[in-house]
Amino acid sequence: MISIKELESLRREIIAGRDTNKPRITVCGGTGCHASGCVDVADAFKSALKSNGSEDSVDLIVTGCHGFCERGPIVLVHPGEIFYQKVTPQDVDEIITETVGKGKLIDRLLYRDPVTNEVKPLESDIPFYKKQMRLVMGNNTSIDPTNLMDYIAVDGYVALEKVLSDMTPEKTVDEIKKSGLRGRGGGGFLTGRKWESTRNAAGDTKYIICNADEGDPGAYMDRSILEGNPHSVLEGMIIGAYAIGANEGYIYVRNEYPLAVANITTAISQAREHGLLGNDILGSGLNFDVKVTRGGGAFVCGESTALMASLEGKPGEPRAKYIHTSEKGLWDKPSNLNNVETLANVPLIMKNGADWYSGIGTGSSKGTKVFSLVGKINNTGLVEVPMGMTLKEIIYDIGGGIPNGKTFKAVQTGGPSGGCIPESMLDLPVDYERLAEAGSMMGSGGMIVMDEDTCMVDMAKYFVDFLQEESCGKCVPCREGLKRMGEVLTDITEGRGRIEHLALIKDLAEMLRDASLCGLGQTAANPVMATLKYFEDEYTAHIRDGKCPAGVCRELIMYSIDSDKCTGCGICLKNCPSSVITGEKKQPHVIDNENCIKCGICYDVCKFDAVIKR
Amino acid sequence: MTVDESKLDSIIDKHDVEEGSLIPILQDIQTEYSYLPKEALEHVSQRLNIPMVQIFGVATFFKAFSLKPKGKNQIHVCMGTACHVRGAKNVLENLERELGIKAGDTTDDGEYTLETVNCVGACALGPVVVNNEKHHGQMTPIKVESLLSTKPV
Ligand SMILES: Cc1cc2nc3c(=O)[nH]c(=O)nc-3n(C[C@H](O)[C@H](O)[C@H](O)COP(=O)(O)O)c2cc1C
Ligand code: FES
Repeated sequence: MISIKELESLRREIIAGRDTNKPRITVCGGTGCHASGCVDVADAFKSALKSNGSEDSVDLIVTGCHGFCERGPIVLVHPGEIFYQKVTPQDVDEIITETVGKGKLIDRLLYRDPVTNEVKPLESDIPFYKKQMRLVMGNNTSIDPTNLMDYIAVDGYVALEKVLSDMTPEKTVDEIKKSGLRGRGGGGFLTGRKWESTRNAAGDTKYIICNADEGDPGAYMDRSILEGNPHSVLEGMIIGAYAIGANEGYIYVRNEYPLAVANITTAISQAREHGLLGNDILGSGLNFDVKVTRGGGAFVCGESTALMASLEGKPGEPRAKYIHTSEKGLWDKPSNLNNVETLANVPLIMKNGADWYSGIGTGSSKGTKVFSLVGKINNTGLVEVPMGMTLKEIIYDIGGGIPNGKTFKAVQTGGPSGGCIPESMLDLPVDYERLAEAGSMMGSGGMIVMDEDTCMVDMAKYFVDFLQEESCGKCVPCREGLKRMGEVLTDITEGRGRIEHLALIKDLAEMLRDASLCGLGQTAANPVMATLKYFEDEYTAHIRDGKCPAGVCRELIMYSIDSDKCTGCGICLKNCPSSVITGEKKQPHVIDNENCIKCGICYDVCKFDAVIKR
Repeated sequence: MTVDESKLDSIIDKHDVEEGSLIPILQDIQTEYSYLPKEALEHVSQRLNIPMVQIFGVATFFKAFSLKPKGKNQIHVCMGTACHVRGAKNVLENLERELGIKAGDTTDDGEYTLETVNCVGACALGPVVVNNEKHHGQMTPIKVESLLSTKPV
């Protein structure tokens, strides 16, 4: 156990012991970079530093996600914070001798602005980062998530020290209320209010639960926070526990996130060793400890009551909302559930003050929000922006627009509970209310960009199929309603649509919203209704003309070969899995439409754009 | 299959022997055997004093659990939104054709199990395929074939 004073002096010692001029190589170890081969790059650095004897003179750290996943593996070289992208193990020796050794830049590894062709050697100059405000994600690039000392050195646990030494639990709740922090898990409920009702609920045993189930397919910020800066979430949780009077906490992590489980588990044991968890935390008298639980791979378990059922060892079925979680939650005790990103905001607020925090954002939406900017966009990755930034700024200034000269069609926010927003509304500021008015929602932060090649009826069907599979089946409206909705959408995408189907969809949507038991069913029709609202013409093209304008719905398209463009190279013939392409070498080829399975491989492999999809 | 009861006991005893530990215990058994053998579930039922019907309820509710043995190689194709808009469906279908099985099944020779997953959190690099826990980004129907080192005949 250490006291607040001892923690403060430990921090001073760590900082004093660090030479800020010492060369440091930072390798991004986020999941995106993992998929691009960062482990091999980090290993190559390790052995190269070892073999040339500079292990002690150069620091090597592997951090969490830097956000610019598109360009991974990412390497930063300090001093100077040189930003290298798409680094391979072959580049490692050169980086050590040239950049670390002589301070020289390696041109081919630097970021080049695709529009101006200008080289941007520093992370802070790259347009992707320039307009961001990285508060929650900020330390991801500078700390080793498995090293508590790194977190302490960047003022980690200062907020906890402040709360435990100067503030009562009531005052802590008030400060969060004053900051205007709203839940980042989807609903946008005021965090301070939620804490207050759990604090005021009768009972001695209370729980605080961190929702790291991150069910929205296409969103990965909670994962990146938990992997890259686990102590920030833990610190938020300890402050929350103090505020509401909880002695036990749970972190419910999505099953597909093994690295997040590993890093938060390490963080918890380090926190215990240093008296930041356990009995009498920092000598304040607060007793609190945390358990990590892995989810079972069910989307509905992100819903608060389903999550708690699963913690109790039961199937993850939600219950009706008239029983409040703040009074009767886990094991029927008062419980408070917060999202990962919500909790990671808490230390920032307590350290810098509610006034500072509420100065960021819009009237009703405060602070920053992390979005996963993915899909048909040039700069894919995680972006953190102040609330109120327009979609256009996010998609074009940060995201760099749409690749391959295609045109933008829509952006989906709010995942399977949200909706799509068309081009005409790109000036919309991201803020809880404005997104809801547009028929979408903030959700947890997925921002999936779609271009002219995305079919909006197919997207609607995609979400309905997803939700139908994930519906727990407890209530009839959701279980049956989604099934019927899926059948109607399948009919439309397969050419059996009738114009009356549109009215039927609207009927089903109302029924789902009004009669479903939990948020899954209540919001399930949102993606369908939003596509119908903004892209009804695509529905009618499918129904009336039997055409899929985006060329996605298989039953409504046909492939053919443009004989003027075809050079007879034979690559389509070679790759066609059903052998329906014929033609002599150097002569235009043809597709036998009768037997074509429309897998699209010929379209993908043709280098001359000779395959036509219509 | 016969399961080694002492091995099961050592898995169970790592947790508090109570109802709330059911899912973590089943997860550890799943990791050990790559599925949930019925004999193992019966043993858990006895030790935790939870009826089999409740254990089956949990085991069939969550996607993480399987009542069937899995193949030596496990391929997961991400069907999350970000991967979907970039053509994950075509990637999956080509794998199904190459392996001669549908998603959710295992090849007859026990080499491959093919499954879908809704987002693995590498959305920026979609379409993503996870082959034995290694993530592969920006997959195409053709590129994905190289993940199959030994094609079943
Ligand atoms: C079907 C469904 C799925 C949800 N999935 C998640 C999730 O994956 N992560 C999350 O934080 N919240 C999710 N939520 C919202 C939670 O129920 C809850 O409101 C939230 O975790 C509370 O934390 P917050 O106030 O910090 O946002 C989901 C809700 C529903 C209805
Ligand atoms: S949608 Fe495929 S990894 Fe997230």
